[in-house]
Amino acid sequence: MGAGGAGLRCALELSQHNYSVAVLSKLFPVRSHTGAAQGGVGAALGNEEPDSPEWHFFDTVKGSDYLGDQDAIEIMCEDAVEAILELEHFGLPFSRTPDGKIAQRPFGGHTKNFGEAPVKRACYAADRTGHMILHTLFEQCVKNEVRFFNEFYVLDLIMDGDICQGVVAYDLATGDIHVFQAKATMLATGGHGRAFSVTSNAHTYTGDGMAICFRRGIPMEDMEFVQFHPTGMRKLGILISEAARGEGGILRNREDIENIGSGKDGFMGAIAPTVKDLAPRDVIARAMYNEIVEGRGIEGSGDTGSDYLYLDLVHLGAEIVNERLPDISHFARTYLAVEPIKEPIPVQPTTHYAMGGIPTDIEGRVLWDAKNKVVPGLYAAGEVACVSVHGANRLGTNSLLDIVVFGRRGGKDMVRYLGEAEFGRIKGEPDEFLRGEIDRLQNGGGTEKVVDLRPEMQNVMMVNSGVFRSKDSLTKARDTILELRQRYQKVGVQDKSAYFNTELVEAIELGFLLDSAWMIAESALHRTESRGAHSREDYPERDDEKWLKHTFIHYEADGKVKFAYKPVTITKFQPKPRVY
Amino acid sequence: MQVTVEIFRYDPDTDKSRFDTFVKEVDPKDRVLDVMMAIKDEDDGTIAFRKSCAHGVCGSDAMEINGLNRLACQVLVQDLKSKRIRIQPIRGMKVLRDLVVDMEPFFAGLESVKPFLIPKEPAPAAERYQSIADRAIFDDTTKCIMCGSCTTSCPSFWTNGAYVGPAAFVKAHRFIFDSRDGGNEFRLGILDDKDGLWRCHSIFNCTDACPREIHITKAIGDLKRYTVVHR
Repeated sequence: MGAGGAGLRCALELSQHNYSVAVLSKLFPVRSHTGAAQGGVGAALGNEEPDSPEWHFFDTVKGSDYLGDQDAIEIMCEDAVEAILELEHFGLPFSRTPDGKIAQRPFGGHTKNFGEAPVKRACYAADRTGHMILHTLFEQCVKNEVRFFNEFYVLDLIMDGDICQGVVAYDLATGDIHVFQAKATMLATGGHGRAFSVTSNAHTYTGDGMAICFRRGIPMEDMEFVQFHPTGMRKLGILISEAARGEGGILRNREDIENIGSGKDGFMGAIAPTVKDLAPRDVIARAMYNEIVEGRGIEGSGDTGSDYLYLDLVHLGAEIVNERLPDISHFARTYLAVEPIKEPIPVQPTTHYAMGGIPTDIEGRVLWDAKNKVVPGLYAAGEVACVSVHGANRLGTNSLLDIVVFGRRGGKDMVRYLGEAEFGRIKGEPDEFLRGEIDRLQNGGGTEKVVDLRPEMQNVMMVNSGVFRSKDSLTKARDTILELRQRYQKVGVQDKSAYFNTELVEAIELGFLLDSAWMIAESALHRTESRGAHSREDYPERDDEKWLKHTFIHYEADGKVKFAYKPVTITKFQPKPRVY
Repeated sequence: MQVTVEIFRYDPDTDKSRFDTFVKEVDPKDRVLDVMMAIKDEDDGTIAFRKSCAHGVCGSDAMEINGLNRLACQVLVQDLKSKRIRIQPIRGMKVLRDLVVDMEPFFAGLESVKPFLIPKEPAPAAERYQSIADRAIFDDTTKCIMCGSCTTSCPSFWTNGAYVGPAAFVKAHRFIFDSRDGGNEFRLGILDDKDGLWRCHSIFNCTDACPREIHITKAIGDLKRYTVVHR
């Protein structure tokens, strides 16, 4: 389910073992959000300078603010080298070093020798690495004759007791509902960024897979951790890759305008003296927020909604900007009428990535609970899943790595499972619930409108569950979301057609997003500490004694959740203060 | 500023088409997609169009805007230099509803050119080496997002739907000129076919339409030369 990097990598693995595999996506292939990833994919190839998977392992643990599970992170960083070489063998057109190897560049939080200085670890193809991964994996799936069901929107799981037997999907073209029986099902449907008003995520990034599972009693892990990327284009939220800072870009505030083009340190120089503008995203997003609140934003009103900062690439020169950052330069010219070779780009933090999601083990198997009980036949990988390799804050380049490593591992374990699994029985009418929902939305006479509820959800989440949170703000977010969920029961759509009913689809997506928003707010309210991307103004310190653990949020009844906890797996690196 | 937006409508239930007109107050910096979403939200929820990334990388929202194929998320209202915005589906494809066309034949056409690496040699333990210069030869055509803007702007495609079309050639170019690829014997037949390269008459509509600014007519020229030499 889902035709992004994780879904395609998994499908490819299954097709290589001659299994009958179907990829269902609500989009066409290559439209998935993997294609929007820009800067690179992390792997300690050591092509540009000495590097090791162990350093990558350490950086990822530290980046996660020690919440990532170290067994999973170690596997990811070890598998990384093979997974990236394999992509090259599939034909991925990486940029090259002068001696013809895969080119690499620095990225936030990636360092040599356990934090000494930035290291070139991000393997890249200009600033369209995700695009190239998505296309290369699609090409290989075409080669292996993988069957695609394009614009089939998966809306429910089929469960036989504890075992997953497939999915129910809605065909956008015809409005038909289809039942797909499967021995093994992989959810790779991405994150929930559209629950927030400013986001780098696609309109279709609506938390579908998480909500589908949550409604079926599967808990979600670490939902309070949402990454805000420092450099979204002002107001639009469109991503300006961290590669811009990897290549030497510098963030500047109002007092720093005269240094534009000079290459001198900006405000990050004082906050993270070793890595400066290449500190991890949570650190920089907080610093930017503080710059603005303290009146050093570009307009200087201290209003986090309208003030912004500058990303200065001027000193890099035309060649680096045009050759290594061509797409983001194009975005700046198209949407902001800014020429990045000559002027700084107005930026503000943008909602970017869900660290939390469907809990899985290191083979991608979905878990029923915090005690590692497996859901037979159900897998998840990529942003929808929480292994957890990203913990409380994901490092740049580790999302593309996550999808190829865990898409592949999930596929391999599915091959193993398929060898022993039998088709079960599908009881009753698995599409009954879905037919009822669609009928309610289309013919229930509801008077509430998606267009009223959606912005209210997005704004309350952005303001109250954003870079900084507190008990008051999160209570407000949670209560508003619960009220919106009540109103959602009365939503009606104008469009009664069976064909390409995009209004109906948006209504279903809003229902899914409200589930995610609810889980985020509840989980964030519950975690009374600050860790990684979760910054509580009322609990500003990390509290390892109480909170060095994963939260599992379970659905109890409408408006009611309960929490369980899972210890963090620590193998090699004991938690330490996180200084850059 | 105020704009008048005319949107093509096609209702598959009645098999009838029309244009609907909306007058909207917009910011000149709005994307055409923003304007369409505002119309859908505020005026008529039944308008069907595809969208996803909203910044020109996913290729969902190719449509004909004031006579030219564009991504609705990549054109700002001010770029159009007109207070009248006329939006139609991309041409030469079966319209399923409003601005949504059937993309399945387009993808099938792309797949006909074997759009995947056919390695010259078995993979080594490490990566295959490729010089910066060799990588640069096909850089332009790696940018393709398969939106269909080029193929559906091509008069040769409009008159003959069997024509493989520029998007498939872009994909073919990306592999034929990749130093790691050795599969051209499988591709040349398709390119040199009567519905292949030679139906391109260098009209340049594809190059004008490409939201990724790929020099498509040049790429097709490269392929024509290659085909003649390697026949």
